[in-house]
Amino acid sequence: MGQGFVAGVSMLKFGRYKDRDVTDLGGEACLMALDDAGLTMRDVQYMAAGCLMQANAMVGQRILHEIGQTGIPVVNVANACATGSTAFREAYLAVASGEADVALAVGVEQMGKAGLLGGGGGGSGIRTEGVVGSGLMPAVFGQAGMEHMRKYGTSQEQFAKVAVKNHKHATRNPLSQYQVETPLEQVLGARMVAYPNTLLMCCPSGDGAAAAVVVSEKKARELGATVRVRASVLTSDPWSDRDLTQPDVNTLTRNAAKLAYERAGLGPEDIDLVELHDCFATAELLHYENLGLCKDGEAGRMIDEGATTHGGRVPVNVSGGLLSKGHPLGATGVANIYEVVTHLRGRAKERQVPDAKVGLAHVIGLGSACTINILSS
Amino acid sequence: MSETTATAAAPKGRRPIVPFLRLPDGGEPYLAGQRCGGCGAVYLGQRLACAKCLGRGPFSEVPLSSTGELYVWSIVHQSFPGVPVPYVVGIVDLPEGVSVRCNLVDVEPDPKALRFGMKVEMTTGVSQQDNEGNDVVAFYFRPARN
Repeated sequence: MGQGFVAGVSMLKFGRYKDRDVTDLGGEACLMALDDAGLTMRDVQYMAAGCLMQANAMVGQRILHEIGQTGIPVVNVANACATGSTAFREAYLAVASGEADVALAVGVEQMGKAGLLGGGGGGSGIRTEGVVGSGLMPAVFGQAGMEHMRKYGTSQEQFAKVAVKNHKHATRNPLSQYQVETPLEQVLGARMVAYPNTLLMCCPSGDGAAAAVVVSEKKARELGATVRVRASVLTSDPWSDRDLTQPDVNTLTRNAAKLAYERAGLGPEDIDLVELHDCFATAELLHYENLGLCKDGEAGRMIDEGATTHGGRVPVNVSGGLLSKGHPLGATGVANIYEVVTHLRGRAKERQVPDAKVGLAHVIGLGSACTINILSS
Repeated sequence: MSETTATAAAPKGRRPIVPFLRLPDGGEPYLAGQRCGGCGAVYLGQRLACAKCLGRGPFSEVPLSSTGELYVWSIVHQSFPGVPVPYVVGIVDLPEGVSVRCNLVDVEPDPKALRFGMKVEMTTGVSQQDNEGNDVVAFYFRPARN
């Protein structure tokens, strides 16, 4: 396999764009990323587009109708919440395999005020949600957190501290959907959604778009692009005891992390910043351990000690994370790449992680998919 | 799919909420698992091949115990429109080595009332009517009474 470099990135502020559509938002993100790379659509040889809720609607091609129809191969990707990061990986693979020198990945989503996700009844017309347990995401990740509580005695307060941290981080990110600090009492006192996750421990829904241009080593040299994709890994859920009943978000992340570190020739101790999938506050602590940022059972202590806060040993979600930055499903994974690349280039302004050389972006899609991308400057 | 088979076994006018809930005539309702003959893994519902050992079976049906242990739980306070809240949900581990997602009943929707590993037992009740007016029978778990 050849190498892939990220030559350009873009992200639109996450939020609500009720007067625009996904082709418009995605198209703008593509043009911004191409401008950032110093390239045009004429240079692009491959495109991967991620948009989960319009997965059957040829969003990639429709974007090209707005920004340039050059006849290149386009794939439309759907992989639950890992849709955008899977699109990025497709673009990377197109370059690393030698098929393209320049590939474009875009992730876009319009969720409007879509509320709770998950919990579908399977099309039988019979309601199972709230009868045969819950498939709602807040409850599924609530239960995943409860498993950690059961094993290690993690407290609701420790989970809540994740929300405090990420909301605080977001105040330094102008592209974040929310930029409001929430003290611990406010997080714990917020309306309960699914125990132990209160409203402020759940990510918001919204709209957004992000894009990234991946180029070959040769092209990177021409452009002066220095951010290299050290590993781009995708896993699905392997068989584990309760996975079919209670989605196991841990094992596939551990598998992805092991593979990603191996491919990158790096370990968790080499990572300067992490953007991980904090769809709910409970999820973030699990992934500290899954990604090897701490030993098993130490995630609660890690958040208590501030090790993952900006300025700590390994800052996690300095963008504000999904909890504050937002989680427009298809856009999320590419936006994570945007964040990591922006730090590796030293352009993150007031939220810059000093001397960031290596960053890790992690995304989970339930059902399940996990991507891990490790990038270095 | 297999729902047709399950419904056929139930008295007219009643149907189980999921295919793996069995409602035998004149007998106690029970959950049915499919056990892989190769490795012993037990599933709720049919598999084409074993997700664990990849063997093509044969799978045999095993009646599952009506008692188990509560593995994890949550209390849902916000749900789809029309779904009464709060409700207690959980994952119950059954002795046959399979887990079930369920609602917990006869327990307060309060973290203090719930305990990891607590013994629970299955019960059933009519949860709703389907489009043809049949009673839909659901299973629930509640704190064990013995």
